[in-house]
Amino acid sequence: MQAKIILKVATKSIMKSRMRSLLTALGIIIGVAAVVVMVAIGDGAQQKVEQSIASLGTNLIIITPGSSNTGGVRGGMGTFSRFTFDDVDKIKNEAMLIKGVSPLVRSGGQVIGGVGNWFTSIQGVSPDYLDIREWPLQSGEFFTDRDVLARAKVCVLGTEVVKNLFPNDDPIGQQIRIRNTPFKVIGVLKEKGQSATGTSNDDVILAPSRTVQDRLSGGRFITSIQVSALSADKIPAAIAELKGIMRESHKIEPGMDDDFTIRDQSDLSEAATETSRILTILLASVAGVSLIVGGIGIMNIMLVSVTERTREIGIRLSVGARASDILIQFLTEAIVLSLSGGVIGVAFSFLVAYLLNNYTDQTAYIKPQIIMIAFGFAGAIGIFFGFYPARKASALNPIDALRYE
Amino acid sequence: MENILIKTIDLTKTYNVGEIDVHALKSVNITIEKGEFVAIMGASGSGKSTLMNLLGCLDMPTTGDYFLDGINTSKLPQNEYAHIRNQKIGFVFQGFNLLPRTTALENVELPLMYDRLEKVKNHQKQASQALERVGLGDRMHHIPSQLSGGQQQRVALARALVNQPSIILADEPTGNLDSVTSVEVFNLFQKLNDEGITIVMVTHERDFAAFAKRIIEMRDGRVIRDSKIKDRLNAEEELKKVIAEAEIKE
Repeated sequence: MQAKIILKVATKSIMKSRMRSLLTALGIIIGVAAVVVMVAIGDGAQQKVEQSIASLGTNLIIITPGSSNTGGVRGGMGTFSRFTFDDVDKIKNEAMLIKGVSPLVRSGGQVIGGVGNWFTSIQGVSPDYLDIREWPLQSGEFFTDRDVLARAKVCVLGTEVVKNLFPNDDPIGQQIRIRNTPFKVIGVLKEKGQSATGTSNDDVILAPSRTVQDRLSGGRFITSIQVSALSADKIPAAIAELKGIMRESHKIEPGMDDDFTIRDQSDLSEAATETSRILTILLASVAGVSLIVGGIGIMNIMLVSVTERTREIGIRLSVGARASDILIQFLTEAIVLSLSGGVIGVAFSFLVAYLLNNYTDQTAYIKPQIIMIAFGFAGAIGIFFGFYPARKASALNPIDALRYE
Repeated sequence: MENILIKTIDLTKTYNVGEIDVHALKSVNITIEKGEFVAIMGASGSGKSTLMNLLGCLDMPTTGDYFLDGINTSKLPQNEYAHIRNQKIGFVFQGFNLLPRTTALENVELPLMYDRLEKVKNHQKQASQALERVGLGDRMHHIPSQLSGGQQQRVALARALVNQPSIILADEPTGNLDSVTSVEVFNLFQKLNDEGITIVMVTHERDFAAFAKRIIEMRDGRVIRDSKIKDRLNAEEELKKVIAEAEIKE
């Protein structure tokens, strides 16, 4: 028999009992839709995490000071910094695999200006910092290397700070006081949203690193060094290069431990994506169970159908159908049922994803692969659960089948 | 010898029912030539249906040989069996055995679908010709439940004819029909037989057997009498008679 005829016969007998076929396929429809939607929600969450990690800057490498070691008592990470502007300059001059480098001098304090006052974090950086973090300006301008060297009292505000100090006015050109030092606002950063850890990226004031060190944080050390690699695939090489430069700069003898730590965001993103991946697997396996239940539904109906259509099988055998023809016919019916259930299920999951994306906070992202996997599963379930009833049908003896009442 | 269509040699069929062996057929030897119209008669349990199933290749003999059109079918594998049913045999059953909720045309197309040689390219045309041959050209798209018993049996006959088989096997073809319709069906059988189609039918009514050319009588799994019919009934004339009788009654 030609494939075309087999398909025609299968769809015909499915269409003959529409209600039953629909109910049978419903198990697969719900199963496929559940799997696709659950995975889509997991992927959506993962995408969100990836986005917020990417908001740090995609090629970001952070060098943080190691722990202090005072007479054998080791402090925690960042307890002791020996980083100076010399380290930053050395990196800037010697490293070949980096695009930009900026010191980060972290401080914080009460800021007075505009309509009131606000406590926020103040970061002393160099002009490279905007590039490193992939953070464009919304308006105004950023300070220059000359401003840094001149210890100019200028600053750039994050949108959260603008919202609290200058809700109605343009902050550019205005004076603010950070812990009693007056600063001139020269620019506003574009809104960046939440960071990977859930805090706002925009509640920040950026100022020249040397200004912050002199006026606000004091001392001669800096909190960390932020570097951006030339490209994502050069990150490991850049880290190795930076390690060499830092060891040289800090005069660490071979065999001695580093007094700094170099991290790139892959550590961070791995941890975060791992969490959402586990979530996806969990959701998908729960949904997968419903797909298997749907498959059992198909098997059940096919078994009933074989009993009910025993005479039909007898008639087909008596006019010359082979056992294999009967097997293929019933198997095809099961596969057509489960695949059309898969099609409807995928369509349904697109609807659910659309509703989630547009009417709730939840994001669902349907990857093309997951659709292929869902179809594959639906087809496999059709074959797996359709085979036994089909075998049963094809094993019938024509005379018994014809006599069956 | 070329004229011989069916030849059975010591055909035996034994069923195992529990621990008892039931000998349904005991060494049956019959020969049927092309163009014959044979009625097989006998009480229930005489083995006539078993013989019919064996002749129709629906079942295999326990021992003995069955030659159909020169092929020894008792040595064939299952798939060849199906092929012979498809190519050489047209079956007509007592209960019509049409696919429900399927049009007459599609029912008749069924044997063409399973024809591996694909002799016929246009299934629909072939099927509608077969339906016209049995006088149902205007009922092609009716489903069985919309047809009378006689019409359903004629659809079944069209299905039996569609693959141009060597032989039509009819198992109590009028068992479910009233006498007028029965005679109508036999009229059709006689016409087809006149056109050269070999027919073997099972019946237990002697009146109907008289429409055939030859009667084989069976009892207890054996052929007890095999005779030519001398004064054969003409179904067309009988049909006029029964219709006239029916009108008088009304």
